[in-house]
Amino acid sequence: MSRLRGFSPILAAGLLAAAIPLIGGIALIGIAAAQEVAVSDLRDGVPPTEEAAPPPIFNEINDDKRRARNYPEQPPVIPHNIRDYPITLNANKCLTCHTREFTAQSQAPMISITHFMDRDSQILATVTPRRYFCTQCHVTQADAPDLVENQFMPIEEILRAFREQDGEEPNP
Amino acid sequence: MPESGSLKLTRRQVIKAKAAAIAAGVAGIPVAEAANGIIPGDEARLDWSKAPCRFCGTGCGVMVAVRDNRVVATHGDIHAEVNRGLNCVKGYFLSKIMYGADRLTQPLLRMKDGKYAKDGEFTPVTWEQAFDEMAVQWKRVLKEKGPTAVGMFGSGQWTVWEGYAALKLMKAGFRSNNIDPNARHCMASAVGGFMRTFGMDEPMGCYDDIEVADAFVLWGSNMAEMHPILWTRVADRRLSAAHVKVCVMSTFEHRSFDLADIPMVFAPQTDLAILNFIAHHIISTNRVNRAFVDAHTSFRRGATDIGYGLRPEHPREAAAANADKANDSEPMTFEEFAAFVAEYDVDKVAELSGVPKERLIELAELYADPGIKVVSFWTMGFNQHTRGVWANNMIYNIHLLTGKIAEPGNSPFSLTGQPSACGTAREVGTFSHRLPADMVVTNPEHRKHAEEIWQVPAGTIPEKPGYHAVLQNRMLKDGKLNAYWVQVNNNMQAGPNMNEEGWPGYRNPDNFIVVSDAYPTVTALAADLILPTAMWVEKEGAYGNAERRTHFWHQLVTAPGESRSDLWQIMEFSTRFTMEDVWPADFLDANPAFKGKSLFDVLFGNGSVNKYPVSDIEEGYANHESEYFGFYVQKGLFEEYAGFGRGHAHDLAPFDTYHQVRGLRWPVVDGKETRWRYREGYDPYVEAGRSVQFYGYKDKRALIFALPYEPAAESPDAEYDMWLSTGRVLEHWHSGSMTRRVPELNRAVPNALCYMHPDDAKARNVRRGEEVRVISRRGEIRVRVETRGRNKPPRGLVFVPWFDEGRLINKVTLDATDPISKQTDFKKCAVRIEKVTS
Repeated sequence: MSRLRGFSPILAAGLLAAAIPLIGGIALIGIAAAQEVAVSDLRDGVPPTEEAAPPPIFNEINDDKRRARNYPEQPPVIPHNIRDYPITLNANKCLTCHTREFTAQSQAPMISITHFMDRDSQILATVTPRRYFCTQCHVTQADAPDLVENQFMPIEEILRAFREQDGEEPNP
Repeated sequence: MPESGSLKLTRRQVIKAKAAAIAAGVAGIPVAEAANGIIPGDEARLDWSKAPCRFCGTGCGVMVAVRDNRVVATHGDIHAEVNRGLNCVKGYFLSKIMYGADRLTQPLLRMKDGKYAKDGEFTPVTWEQAFDEMAVQWKRVLKEKGPTAVGMFGSGQWTVWEGYAALKLMKAGFRSNNIDPNARHCMASAVGGFMRTFGMDEPMGCYDDIEVADAFVLWGSNMAEMHPILWTRVADRRLSAAHVKVCVMSTFEHRSFDLADIPMVFAPQTDLAILNFIAHHIISTNRVNRAFVDAHTSFRRGATDIGYGLRPEHPREAAAANADKANDSEPMTFEEFAAFVAEYDVDKVAELSGVPKERLIELAELYADPGIKVVSFWTMGFNQHTRGVWANNMIYNIHLLTGKIAEPGNSPFSLTGQPSACGTAREVGTFSHRLPADMVVTNPEHRKHAEEIWQVPAGTIPEKPGYHAVLQNRMLKDGKLNAYWVQVNNNMQAGPNMNEEGWPGYRNPDNFIVVSDAYPTVTALAADLILPTAMWVEKEGAYGNAERRTHFWHQLVTAPGESRSDLWQIMEFSTRFTMEDVWPADFLDANPAFKGKSLFDVLFGNGSVNKYPVSDIEEGYANHESEYFGFYVQKGLFEEYAGFGRGHAHDLAPFDTYHQVRGLRWPVVDGKETRWRYREGYDPYVEAGRSVQFYGYKDKRALIFALPYEPAAESPDAEYDMWLSTGRVLEHWHSGSMTRRVPELNRAVPNALCYMHPDDAKARNVRRGEEVRVISRRGEIRVRVETRGRNKPPRGLVFVPWFDEGRLINKVTLDATDPISKQTDFKKCAVRIEKVTS
């Protein structure tokens, strides 16, 4: 399912533009031969005035496999179904596996040390109330296709890109 | 000051590296070269700088790591008072919002046979070509129809100086008041409420109220999803102190109910009756704080039967007795007010609202009991309401009757949706009727003051308010607004009644539509010219959050391709005009000093905006606008703008200060921020010995308004038998143009669903996951049904979020507005649900 109709011409034009020297710090430069482009959308090419059948409700990924984070501070995504997991005034199902004392039994990752800290960074005996609602940061992942490629690069990829760049060293 | 790299990865290298990483991942090769996993020496260094989050009005601080001109990580700033190190899931993924592969990188103009054509195809052009065509169109429209036919639609996501530059361009330059922000859809009713009750905009309290309150009441606010970090502070307070109570009120059950001691689902529109019941309960149980009321308030009877902000020919509008004097009111006494609310007794209101009597009383006691410090929070449930200004007035009524206001823990608190709805839209005044610092175009003194600061002739600013958001779409459709520039918002997806107003307006052959955006949104695709735009830390910026906190950030990375900031676009576009192009000959004859000047010179080369040299920019940070124009653009604009508020209870600190601190809450007087306004000891504008002064009005009193319950603009009937409410979700920011391009957020909530009560589904023979049409008198969409998700509507109501570009629910909504604030009611219209059978 391609959601990027005619994306490549834009990208090609973008690369062309990037290769042209800047004038006065700002590029006011032309593309030699103007060509029409189809701009991508997130509607599978269905015009905004028309309606198409919606995609199905996707299932939550439930394989319990950890995903690499994009950077260390990223909250890990939830690799399992959480249907009917209450997180309310009276009960928090997530903590029955992820809180420190239950992790040996559950083999689930323990909530991080930051989750014991109150607003003044003091460590509490158990999870801090400010981190109580797990799903504000941790989300399940549906088996839905990406709408658009994301070109974010983790730091390691950037460093390697420099190493592969004709022997150039990364900028210290 | 971070160090900036001299080496830059080109777009081609990024793509190559991306491919290599994917290949390495598949082969299981570790990315670090050394087997010990250590990246040696300085190579492991990241350059960290502060910035506010790009998303909601909470205004969390984040730290942004940059390496070689790319953002590589973000996290909650532990030094930011708002969030103390936390972010919500959107905030934690800020690092990825700029890197969607379909970023717009060059201007695109609809062309046919080598020139602009309304029915042409998008074709790459240079900035020169883009501005040439724009200038031709603007000059043509100005010449043919004058300033009322040009317009601009901006945003509460404009930085402070972008909004200020746009305001000047329109009101001082083109002499048109046709500028409005998408914040009109978001908090215009809050502004209307503040101005009407206090004569001055924005909350008196601040987030510090949360840690000392005994009770929280959410009126039409799903903070758990829309203000998650404030919700962490509420949850912290509730779960840390056993006596604290949380009441959550809505027309359907949602995530915030998970923390509710007092949950309350009420029939749509009956919040007005519940508010009057509480006032009546306070009075009838003798809990009015008479000393406070006598010293600090007056009573007013507001006009009623004020219409629904529909087109004048709409039957409901024609039938309204006072549509033309919706904001009127007359004085009344306390006794008359007491008699007015007496009819809203518990029996009547329980029947009307569907809420049990005991629960209504439990709620009312949170306000009536003098021993309970209570914070009321509200957002779109109140503001997107055809009686939104009334709802705002009425919540202030109950805080004023009890004196529970403007002190720590007692706080009526209007939350905002956008990062700078307060800082830009409201404080700068980018509305069709406003000027900076709460001034309005209809007041001759205010116009005169603005003209003096702007160094433009008396009479430059027109006195008649321009077209507001909904009216702009109507005027585009009617062919009265013909040259139109949209920045930092996605109004084709966000605005109401897209089928009948928005789409026909943009595609009207009489009109030339320009859209500045980072991504190809529905709005961009509905335009004639798309301008590729820098976002967030690709430019230097300032936002103002919901607690009056102004915070700044530096440009940290370069925008891709030829993208330029909205600010650069506004300023550069102004160079295309001479004053002869924009002002009539007789006006120039009366003010000959302006002859021969460019619009840029008048607006930005005025000795004030261009006062500060580029060398004032903090070392180590780039600034593409300032490098281009040759002066410190942001500093000059900010300092000129701050002149409006300093000494007038809107004081802002000096520009450079904000780059050093995690934001400051205005008024900032003698270097000190103000946490509680109107209260002696906290607010330097309150006179000594007076305890409380609501100084927005000359007599320093706030107004308590007698206002009734009136029905919604469109209620369910036999043909359209369900209420429709639209809204947002935690994982996506508004229309999703940024967050849906982050794969993790897209996978968290891939599509909008129609949330429905299982019995309503069953009655239509629909099961979860099956497809339905949501049909109104205006349009329909196809969507799948969810009966067990996070939102649990009562029977008779469906909820459909609007983030999904594939499910444009605003084809269905009604463009009814509050007649005072002109804000749309996105929470109430009538629909029917039909199963799609294949």
